[in-house]
Amino acid sequence: MENRHLMLGNQAIARGLIENGCSLATSYPGTPASEILPEVVKWARDEHLQLHAQWAVNEKVAFEIAYTASLTGLRAVVSMKQVGLNVASDPLMSAAYMGNIGGFLIISADDPGPHSSQTEQDSRMMAMMAKIPVLDPDSPEQAKDMIAWGYALSEAFQIPVMLRPATRVCHARQDVAHGPIISLDRTPAFQKNPPRWAATPNFRLQLHHALEKKLQDISQHAATAPIHCNPEVIGDKAIVVSGVAAAHVREILKDLHLWDKISLYQVLQPYPLHTSFIECLEKNGSEILVIEETTPVIEMQIGNRRSVRGKIDGYVPAVGELLPEAIEKIVAGFAGVLSAPSISLPPAKPGRRPTLCAGCPHRASFFAIKKAAPKGIYTSDIGCYTLGMNLGAVDTFICMGAAISQAEGFYQALKNEPKRPDIIATLGDSTFFHAGIPALIDAVVQNVRFVLVILDNRTTAMTGNQPTPSSGRGIAGEPTISVDIEALVRGCGVKFCQTGDPYDVPAFISLVKTAIKFSRETGPAVVISRRPCLLDRTQPPETRPPVIRVHVTENCDGCHYCIQHFECPALVTDSDDAPVRIDPAGCSGCGVCIHVCPKKAITI
Amino acid sequence: MELSVTPPIHQQIIVSGVGGQGVLLITRLLAEAAMMKECRVLTSETHGMAQRGGTVVSHLKVGDFSSPLIRPQAADGLLALKPENIAQYSRFVKPGGWAVVNSPAAISGYTDFSVISVDADTDARAIGNLKSVNLILLGAALSRTSEGVPLLFCNYPNIQAVLHQQYPDAPQTLEKFLIALNAGFSSCRFF
Repeated sequence: MENRHLMLGNQAIARGLIENGCSLATSYPGTPASEILPEVVKWARDEHLQLHAQWAVNEKVAFEIAYTASLTGLRAVVSMKQVGLNVASDPLMSAAYMGNIGGFLIISADDPGPHSSQTEQDSRMMAMMAKIPVLDPDSPEQAKDMIAWGYALSEAFQIPVMLRPATRVCHARQDVAHGPIISLDRTPAFQKNPPRWAATPNFRLQLHHALEKKLQDISQHAATAPIHCNPEVIGDKAIVVSGVAAAHVREILKDLHLWDKISLYQVLQPYPLHTSFIECLEKNGSEILVIEETTPVIEMQIGNRRSVRGKIDGYVPAVGELLPEAIEKIVAGFAGVLSAPSISLPPAKPGRRPTLCAGCPHRASFFAIKKAAPKGIYTSDIGCYTLGMNLGAVDTFICMGAAISQAEGFYQALKNEPKRPDIIATLGDSTFFHAGIPALIDAVVQNVRFVLVILDNRTTAMTGNQPTPSSGRGIAGEPTISVDIEALVRGCGVKFCQTGDPYDVPAFISLVKTAIKFSRETGPAVVISRRPCLLDRTQPPETRPPVIRVHVTENCDGCHYCIQHFECPALVTDSDDAPVRIDPAGCSGCGVCIHVCPKKAITI
Repeated sequence: MELSVTPPIHQQIIVSGVGGQGVLLITRLLAEAAMMKECRVLTSETHGMAQRGGTVVSHLKVGDFSSPLIRPQAADGLLALKPENIAQYSRFVKPGGWAVVNSPAAISGYTDFSVISVDADTDARAIGNLKSVNLILLGAALSRTSEGVPLLFCNYPNIQAVLHQQYPDAPQTLEKFLIALNAGFSSCRFF
């Protein structure tokens, strides 16, 4: 155990990148991938390695930076969550055609469940669409191994390679061995080659031919071929697994005493599936069960599906995370044995829903917005402030930046109605930089009558307080240029742009009202709600607000307006009509609730 | 010298609470303790949105496992930082297992496994550290046995050693954690 260390999956991935000579790493934060890049920076610092690591403004930019670095012969990586790959899908499709020189890895973390995402989409399908190979790890340990295999594959075939860890790999912890750090000692150089790097459609056709040839060869690449986990077993039934399902099934087969009865094949590279493996499965004629998350990528590559069980025939659920208890039942049913305990269990009680933290400036902003535009339409976005839904202050969200375009969609649809509602869009500072700017320019051009409230908490809060382009510091704390949000908003052509402090509730309500008036009469208005996130320890101490100790007086009649409309976790009560109390362990001392109580029962 | 063969450690534990209470911390301390005992270890954790005050749960598996998740009725024990967590996760505890729950009163209604309640909130107030409920509950679990066998695969000195190993450069944090762990280990607020 000497050399083994307890590592989060994302730490193990980062360690794999460091051990395998990665020189440049980019990312945009998103659960479950957020910890990869910071861990790369930590390992590089601990091992005294030269490496450029940076958060990019969004996943598309992150992808293009890392991909292009690989054209100089260096090994590079871009990491993101699965919906981030949607944003980066444009360069992805082309990068597959052109290929790379130094190894280029795309880490796209999937979230079956979904636990912290808008969709359960399967990044392996994106790899298939782009026509690049994808590796599917079952554990932190294997994810680290796959970094080495991925770089070797990427350089052998000059093709981007995807690693697709799921939440249960990224956020699993395991004892993982350190390996040696390879010193590649490469000198980056760009060899001009316009037919490849600036390919016009004619050359693209040739590149596409070349890509198909690469895929044929990769489907015979020995190093990433499926593994027969129990090679002594040759029966009339076989189970094919990949990713986390492989980890579950190995344990379940042993627990059900089926390890020596049913062949288990683990697919390491779900796309392109190895040709000889498909032939072997089809020739054996045995009954096959395929278990994978979340789309039947392996299953659909098996041409003869007569004896194949899986997601396509509904044998395995197509929706949701494949939990081991569900897999156990499926495997037992396939094997014709009883699954272990078949007694009925009480259904799980629902847990607490997540909520904005006590003292969160977003809560104050939402309270003010609802006061200023009680009958408004509230479009919102991806971030902590999505939780404004609990407060009735978020009516819609789709994806990064859509708050602004949705506001425009509602405006264009409703603009000729006699009672046009006020439209208030909310999105965070990091999300504004990521995808809000083009939408805001569009809204200016079309003179959309709406108010955009930029919830500027000076950080990317939901994913763990990564810096934004206005933070003025990079991932390792190094100074960077700080982009001025007000100047940017004005540069987009917005004529009303004012900044306020949401903790100053009366003034902030008044500011939002002024902005609404402007939006009704003139055009788009932007309010910047500026107050740093309380969880962000990187903020200078002088920005921390003074602590205001509040208490509840006897004027509290138990109406619970504050709990229903403000939902601060530090406002608690013992029963449905009991007076409200302040939970001293939860209260941050922001003092905002003083302005919330209609009976003026919360005071200092 | 007497030779005794101890069976390999094989334990599955669910740790639950509310985002911000420190479920991740005590899961990691237990996992590091497993490492010190030269055991294989796997955990699965909640990150992201649920960490904002929502229910969070960790699965911890010490020994020869490959899946990062515990199946229902397979956990040896449950550590619950909120009384409500027992209703949410009791289905994971195996018959004959145990639950150690932070609760101001005894918890009834569970017959298949033993439930030990400890008033960790009051203990936390007593040591003046309201955020220390997690380590108090861990300390309390380390002090308990079931039919003469300790509940956990590791003991109090193991966790002390892990804390010293993990926080060598943060003496104030280490001190706070050790005080909380001790407050739980020596708690008299059991039901």
